[in-house]
Amino acid sequence: MPENQNPNPEAGLPIGKNRAGKISKYHIPHFVAPLDETPLQGVDAVKETGKPLSMWGEAWRSLRKRPLFIVSVILIVSVLVVAAFPSLFSSTDPTYCALENSNEGSRAGHPMGFNFQGCDVYARVIHGTRASLMVGVFTTLFVVILGGAIGALAGFYGGWLDIILARLGDIFFALPLILGAIIVMQLPAFRENRSVWTVIITLSIFGWPQVARITRGAVLEARNADFVKASRALGISRFNSLVRHVIPNAMAPVIVVATVNLGIYIVAESTLSFLGLGLPPDVMSWGNDIAAAQNQLRNNPMMLMWPALFLSLTVLSFIMLGDAVRDALDPKTRKGN
Amino acid sequence: MVQNADPKPLLEIKDLAITFSTPDGPVNAVRNANLTVMPGETVAIVGESGSGKSTTALAAIGLLPGNGEVSAGQILFDGEDISKASEKRFVELRGNHIGMVPQDPMSNLNPVWKIGFQVKETLKANGLAGNNPKQRVAQVLSDAGLPDAATRANQYPHEFSGGMRQRALIAIGLACRPRLLIADEPTSALDVTVQQQILDHLDTMTSELGTAVLLITHDLGLAAERAEKVIVMYKGQVVESGPALELLRNPQHPYTKRLINSAPSLAAQRGDKHELAVDQVAAQKTEPLLKISNLTKVFDIRRGFGRKDKFTAVDKVSFEIPKGTTTAVVGESGSGKSTIAQMVLNLLDATSGDIVFDGQAIGKLSERDLFKYRRRVQPIFQDPYGSLDPMYSIFRTIEEPLRIHGIGNQASREKKVKELLDQVSMPASTMHRFPNELSGGQRQRIAIARALALKPEMIVCDEAVSALDVLVQAQVLELLDELQRELGLTYLFITHDLAVVREIADNVCVMEHGQMVEQGTVDEIFENAKSDYTRNLLAAIPGASLI
Repeated sequence: MPENQNPNPEAGLPIGKNRAGKISKYHIPHFVAPLDETPLQGVDAVKETGKPLSMWGEAWRSLRKRPLFIVSVILIVSVLVVAAFPSLFSSTDPTYCALENSNEGSRAGHPMGFNFQGCDVYARVIHGTRASLMVGVFTTLFVVILGGAIGALAGFYGGWLDIILARLGDIFFALPLILGAIIVMQLPAFRENRSVWTVIITLSIFGWPQVARITRGAVLEARNADFVKASRALGISRFNSLVRHVIPNAMAPVIVVATVNLGIYIVAESTLSFLGLGLPPDVMSWGNDIAAAQNQLRNNPMMLMWPALFLSLTVLSFIMLGDAVRDALDPKTRKGN
Repeated sequence: MVQNADPKPLLEIKDLAITFSTPDGPVNAVRNANLTVMPGETVAIVGESGSGKSTTALAAIGLLPGNGEVSAGQILFDGEDISKASEKRFVELRGNHIGMVPQDPMSNLNPVWKIGFQVKETLKANGLAGNNPKQRVAQVLSDAGLPDAATRANQYPHEFSGGMRQRALIAIGLACRPRLLIADEPTSALDVTVQQQILDHLDTMTSELGTAVLLITHDLGLAAERAEKVIVMYKGQVVESGPALELLRNPQHPYTKRLINSAPSLAAQRGDKHELAVDQVAAQKTEPLLKISNLTKVFDIRRGFGRKDKFTAVDKVSFEIPKGTTTAVVGESGSGKSTIAQMVLNLLDATSGDIVFDGQAIGKLSERDLFKYRRRVQPIFQDPYGSLDPMYSIFRTIEEPLRIHGIGNQASREKKVKELLDQVSMPASTMHRFPNELSGGQRQRIAIARALALKPEMIVCDEAVSALDVLVQAQVLELLDELQRELGLTYLFITHDLAVVREIADNVCVMEHGQMVEQGTVDEIFENAKSDYTRNLLAAIPGASLI
């Protein structure tokens, strides 16, 4: 870098001579538009028609017209209903297994056939929804609360707090989710109390740094806005201005990432269960069913296909929802503009 | 010297209409626009934001955004209709026939490439790089007034000041010696003195090269000073056009009249001032409300590895503001004026010196006294898009200060919000709207209402009208003036625009590089400035010599 980095080349230049206006060589007609064609309107009149719309209201208006949003919401709502009331969809007892039905194909009342143990595949898929979805929803909830709080504090207060929290996040970020989860699930405390909650806790431990990073970035942007300065000048404490003004304005990217991640956590649970480390075998879940189907892949491929199909559809619908919400909240990424 | 046999115009726009397709249906951005640019002459298009002035110019260089198109009329460049020309034809025209200087010097240079490379790119694209491109690049840059051009070509944009970047952009625009240069608000982001030097240089260059210039600006004074012909646009239509000086001295269309009356640069020269200045003498006898003495702020600039540099942003500044008057602090960017505002608002701590408000030193206030002080001093900030929380409805925004300070109950607060909206001339129904539905001027009025909610004694306006169109600016200034008369408010008015100062202030402090250069009453400063710095600032106000 040269040494004379910032001399001011503007200083000391002669000040202009030709500022008295210029006269054209040519004749220029003086044109005035007829007043009736160009009526004068009030300066800066306030629009009083139309319904007032908040930012969320506007996002909702643009969302509800998007096919991607409509399809994903229909899918997600159906999955939620299935998870909440599985008995509405299947009257067969998924734990009633008769070995005589082992690997039987579909027949009346049992549309997806039977697995190796002779249990009804359809009933298992329906009843397995709850565990998978619980892992996704609660992990996302914990990750957003923990990661959001840490990221917001780090971004807003900065300084040493930021450095310590950011390094802490980096340590967890450096471990791949699945690898880290495999190790944690092997700890005695987790191995001996395996349940849906141990899986949720494990995934949350490795999931929060991503949300923390995104929240930190969004908070950094929002905290320098004039309205935050104005709120401080109104007499609000720093912490209150973080809670009332900064965090609400930093939510949009966090919501988008959380929605997409919900799907990813469901996949992670299935992967762990598939490896025999996730949910205990007595809990019905898509991951456990896929794991059980692995041995029978040649004899009965459908046994693997059905839970895998439901898993993919659910994950896909959350990712699609995330995409649609991102487009609605961030006009910059909208196509065609 | 009027010649009867006019030669062929270089650019002729006939009955141009431009339509944008939006999700809410087509929008006519420009209608029935006519203009001609003769070879070698400067034509200025003047208008407020949204008037269609930039859109018209962009159509002439084929750079309309994807959803816009020329829906009627012709754009004749040297006799050829280019309104429906192919992209290929425009690529041929751009650069060596039509050049462009964009508006924002901060975002229009690519930060990852050296300045020289970006100039060379333009030359190469038009086959003008020649055998020794390096030398050619240095030549082009030094033509644009960049000293030591060969060395500077090896620097990156972040090593350039705003004025130097604008020079680099002008160099790129003129590198291929186009016959028409479109300059879209080329100096709006710069300080007035830098603006003047750059426009002077642009004038000299274009007259040497014989380049015609289509200058787009919001400043009528600037247009009149730099162009032979001025075109005034309003809501997508040309309302008036004619010889620059005649149009300025003898406007016909009511909109042009309104513009000329509101433009601070012109009003300042006429010596317009607000009525309050009359009781200025009386006001000065009262006790000062705010007293600043030897105020200093030193920032530590981190250089890495624990090394720090000291930067003195404000250096031993002292002034007083008498109750009920307006004191303007004027200076160019980097003069430390906003730092003073932040210290007065107690958002920044002073390094040394005192700020005494109504007999109380504010640096040493307890938590409780500070809370009380907040009620008495309120800010209005520059950026109308950043000063209101987009998540809060207008009602919540204005109600917030009342709630924080525990004033009234739900019903009385609602009544108070309606009163405040009325005070800033906004209909009560605005209450339920959100900031994204309001224009810049309207948002600024909401910010004023929020500041007034606590019945403060002093308001700190940090560039409060700088981002607004002239008409809206005049309206907000008038509102501030009215409120001062009604409520006896005291203003600390921070601005870079001396022209605005003349309209609003009683006393003026001029700052340069953190130091107070000069202070006095408005008349003293405007009529009898003592320092060269102030005189240069005054002379640089566009349109200064025209009325």
